[in-house]
Amino acid sequence: MEFAELIKTPRVDGVVLHRPFMPTVEGTLCLTGHHLILSSRQDTTEELWLLHANIDSTEKRFVGSLGTIIVKCKDLRVIQLDIPGMEECLNIASSIEALSTLDSVSLMYPFFYRPLFEVIEDGWQSFVPEESFKDLESMTDEWRLSEVNKDFSLCPSYPSLLTVPKDIDDESLCKAASFRHGGRFPVLSYYHKKNAMVMMRAAQPLTGTNGRRCKEDEKLINATLCAGKRGYIIDTRTIAVAQQAKARGGGFEQEANYPQWRRIHKAIERSNVLQDSLIKLVEACNDQSHSMDRWLSKLEASNWQSNVKEILTTACLAAQCIDREGASVLVHGTEGTDSTLQVTSLAQIILDPACRTIRGFEALIEREWLQAGHPFQQRCAQSAYSNGKPRSEAPVFLLFLDCVWQILRQFPCSFQFNENLLIMLFEHAYASQFGTFLGNCVAERGKLQLSQKTVSLWSWVNRPQELERFLNPLYEPNNLVIWPSVAPQSLLLWEGVFLRWNRSTKCLDEAYQEMVHIIEYNKELQNKVNSLRRQLAQLETEDKMVADLK
Amino acid sequence: MEHIRMPKVENVRLVDRSSSRRIKVGTLYLTATHTIFVGKGSEDRCELWVLHSLVCNVVKHKASQSGYPLLIHCKNFQVMQFIISQESDCHNVYISLSRLSRPEKYEELYCFSFNPNVDKAEREHSWDFLDLKAEYSRMGLPNKLWHVTPINREYRVCDTYPADLFVPQSVTLPVIIGSSKFRSRGRFPTLSYYCKENHATICRSSQPLSGFSARCLEDEQMLQAIMKSNPGSRFMYVVDTRPKLNAMANRAAGKGYENEDNYCNIKFQFIGIENIHVMRNSQQKLIEVSALRSPSMGEFLMGLENSDWLRHIKSIMEAGIFISKAVAEEGVNVLVHCSDGWDRTAQVCSVASVLLDPYYRTLKGLMVLIEKDWVSFGHKFSHRCGHLDGEAKEVSPVIDQFLDCLWQLMEQFPCYFEYNEKFLINIHNHIYSCHYGNFICNSQKERKDLCIKEKTHSIWPHLWENKLDFMNPLFKPDQSQNQGLLRPRTAPYCFKYWRRLYNRFDRELHPRQSELDCLMTVKEETQQLEEDLALCEQKLAVLDKERAKTLYMQKGVLESKQALWSLPLDTSLANTPQDYIGGFIGGAPNLCLFGDKPKSSDADNSDQESGVADFSSHSSGEESLPSEDSVKDPDSDETGPNRA
Repeated sequence: MEFAELIKTPRVDGVVLHRPFMPTVEGTLCLTGHHLILSSRQDTTEELWLLHANIDSTEKRFVGSLGTIIVKCKDLRVIQLDIPGMEECLNIASSIEALSTLDSVSLMYPFFYRPLFEVIEDGWQSFVPEESFKDLESMTDEWRLSEVNKDFSLCPSYPSLLTVPKDIDDESLCKAASFRHGGRFPVLSYYHKKNAMVMMRAAQPLTGTNGRRCKEDEKLINATLCAGKRGYIIDTRTIAVAQQAKARGGGFEQEANYPQWRRIHKAIERSNVLQDSLIKLVEACNDQSHSMDRWLSKLEASNWQSNVKEILTTACLAAQCIDREGASVLVHGTEGTDSTLQVTSLAQIILDPACRTIRGFEALIEREWLQAGHPFQQRCAQSAYSNGKPRSEAPVFLLFLDCVWQILRQFPCSFQFNENLLIMLFEHAYASQFGTFLGNCVAERGKLQLSQKTVSLWSWVNRPQELERFLNPLYEPNNLVIWPSVAPQSLLLWEGVFLRWNRSTKCLDEAYQEMVHIIEYNKELQNKVNSLRRQLAQLETEDKMVADLK
Repeated sequence: MEHIRMPKVENVRLVDRSSSRRIKVGTLYLTATHTIFVGKGSEDRCELWVLHSLVCNVVKHKASQSGYPLLIHCKNFQVMQFIISQESDCHNVYISLSRLSRPEKYEELYCFSFNPNVDKAEREHSWDFLDLKAEYSRMGLPNKLWHVTPINREYRVCDTYPADLFVPQSVTLPVIIGSSKFRSRGRFPTLSYYCKENHATICRSSQPLSGFSARCLEDEQMLQAIMKSNPGSRFMYVVDTRPKLNAMANRAAGKGYENEDNYCNIKFQFIGIENIHVMRNSQQKLIEVSALRSPSMGEFLMGLENSDWLRHIKSIMEAGIFISKAVAEEGVNVLVHCSDGWDRTAQVCSVASVLLDPYYRTLKGLMVLIEKDWVSFGHKFSHRCGHLDGEAKEVSPVIDQFLDCLWQLMEQFPCYFEYNEKFLINIHNHIYSCHYGNFICNSQKERKDLCIKEKTHSIWPHLWENKLDFMNPLFKPDQSQNQGLLRPRTAPYCFKYWRRLYNRFDRELHPRQSELDCLMTVKEETQQLEEDLALCEQKLAVLDKERAKTLYMQKGVLESKQALWSLPLDTSLANTPQDYIGGFIGGAPNLCLFGDKPKSSDADNSDQESGVADFSSHSSGEESLPSEDSVKDPDSDETGPNRA
């Protein structure tokens, strides 16, 4: 298909761009296959380059022959384009509409994007399962890397290599897989070096109404327990929801069959509810009325902060079981691709200092989200302004990032990265020039040949020039487990995302710059003093030698 | 001392409010000035000192298995729960504390017995630390437009006003007297703030006694004179900070507001800030929300909304913005009043001043502002803070709201304030503590009659000595100067819940590492490094010249690579999980998770959680008392845990 067919009017002059807190720009609007570009042709004003994939929805209005298109983006920005001429406006609007809702993944921009930078380290190779298994091997020999899912037939949403208990053979894995939703049998998510406890994740067991059981599944998870020890199963659903799942063939682990495990139910919402929550929250943030009551009640009604609290609490609970109770943990919800991953990845941030470095955080996202089969393409197809009927869109990953931000706020010195990294990940999960977040699982990504045909986000982020923007000046490695507060008073609205386009950041930027300055100046002085001291010491010894010679 | 029925109770349990399983056992002492709890045991020996004057109320709760609970709510939002084993002891403590926390006479207040080790001269000197005359001259007064009138030297015209008042040069004594007779409590229009650059002023007064039709020539002349004192403007604003309805209702009582037809060239404006009773109820609701134990997000946000607190803060801020813009942008004089002119008027004038003048965003400047707009102009601290036993309806968090507005501004403008939020919290604490004499009484006259300056100490030098703790490391003085008028945003989401104040003593709710503290540490270190650098350079120069043989090497205090700020400031807290299982606690506190036999599983319906004990009960004994940072030593007061 040619993009040209979709572009009815490639270029309009005299278009005026309105953005909140920025001066209006008048210029020429151009549509390309992947971008909406507005250029004022004056050197001083910046150009607007907007990926079509970033457009969530559009609205048109007409006053006489002047048309206005309101463009609402997935990164929550809202811009307005005033286009002279009704026909031009209609053409532009329908072109944008068509280009922003392309169905075929292979037409997406990452397949066309050629980096202007030299790829020094290929991000597609940065985080391979073999490498992380090597780390595990250095700590314990209880686990093995199984190729049972080599052709993705056992579990289409799992990667080809999976870490499982050493004593469980592939045949048992196959049987366990048949007992779990989508074939997602329990696999290792995290090994806690401090006390050798582990966190595993899976999908719900398929017990159904007649209480089916699976010896291999029981054996598999029991293999992770030390003698005489018991573990926890954290079911991210309420007991009621888990009960209901039985009617559809799902269910939960019955005590009788898993006597060594204690089950805890939490109440993380399902994805369609989360999507609704996001839509309401963003609506509240964009509300133009100046009423305090309205704002607080809308914020409350969106339930967004409640969702943050519940997810974070569940993650803390998992971490607490592992670190404080010295117990192993199995986490699952229904499919094991959404709330499960939120919990396992956040628990690691709490427990493992390595996950609080940039590299470690990237590895965590690669491991616990991309390879673990979070369906990014489905979940991020639309954002808060989608007005169509939701399919499987849900801000699952955004909620995870929000929770990370909450922990970061509470431990501002314990993370190597800053808020910018989280915001950047949010943007790229929804629309990107990179291939990282395309597809829904490893198998799909392989079919799309993403690693050959697109550039990895990590190839770009990990360039020293880019990294600088994401570094937290206050960072000092902290090897402790960090326990965040989950009280409502302690959880804040993530303004950097939700109010980002509704505020001027001048004063906050200034404060950030000042903070960087304070720390840099301190380091600079430290270096100077140290080098002078060395110089002094050297002179001193020289003098001493001279004196000794005399 | 006669009020102390029970000076000492043994085996009292202090309950940590964040987790009912953390309990300290110790002895409770009642002294003339403090309630003191001393924990038993050598390791976790803790002391908790609470001034009686900070106690807001004492409540006995229903007896529980462990004894008789006594709940103490403080004006600084600290809440303590003691459990006393004997009912009679509990009752005696309750009766004693109820009386001790409600003194009947000024002389009972702590500031009259507080006796730090300073001599008389030093104490007197402490009262000279701030000088309002100097403040007016900083503004550029007196000048040819404004001068001090001697009319109130003996407090005869208005006993709630200060002795020295600025009025336009052109105003004669009869005009002042006439105007004062036409204003509630004699509070005639007088100057609060003068803007040197454009001669615009903020003036304040109480409501006119206009009723439905009364007018007063002198009052009209007074306003005319104020307007004319600003050569650049052709009109002035009269801002009534009350809701229109309230002001209209006042007319029936012979009070009211200015009729635009009677006064030349005034623009009259209502602003709609609610009265002290509404504000008191609002804060009460807010405090209830802040003190909820593990509320859900919904409960918290609904509670916050229902309290209306942030709506009120917003309305005060908006009034301040209106006035500051009138002065800075239009160059127009503004007369502000409410009913009596000592509550809403004080709030609004001082918020506007902070927006207008960078000086008030400095430590010293804020002290001066409070001393001027609040203390000298007769904000009724004793009534509003409930220093003495008396009319509960007079109590209202008027000054809390001013401090809250300042905090909101600091959140929006992190680089423009010299002080940090600890400064505000400290001031808040001392407004209520009655530790110093500054905030005692309802007017300057009362303070003079009581000889406050002779008998008590002033807070300001004390705060100034500790100013290192109160500095904002991000403060950029030049920028704050150049910024001119601060223009805060007033979208609803710009107003936030001030956790550090209302949950001040719930340490587990605050960030476990504080950006502020880190930066302060770094700045301190930087200063040391600058000195070291100078020293090294000096030595090097000497060495270079003379090649001296011996050298004194300064010990490398700062050689250590470990950055000082890297450690969590509160490792014990950072390393202690809180109660994440929330609603499921129910069982015995120390139930080991699998210590007991698992309950026979009655198939799938059994909800297993109830058997799961709270994990935090297993955490190591590092946790500390809820209020470690409350006054330990009555003398050292309030500098927070970072001092240690």
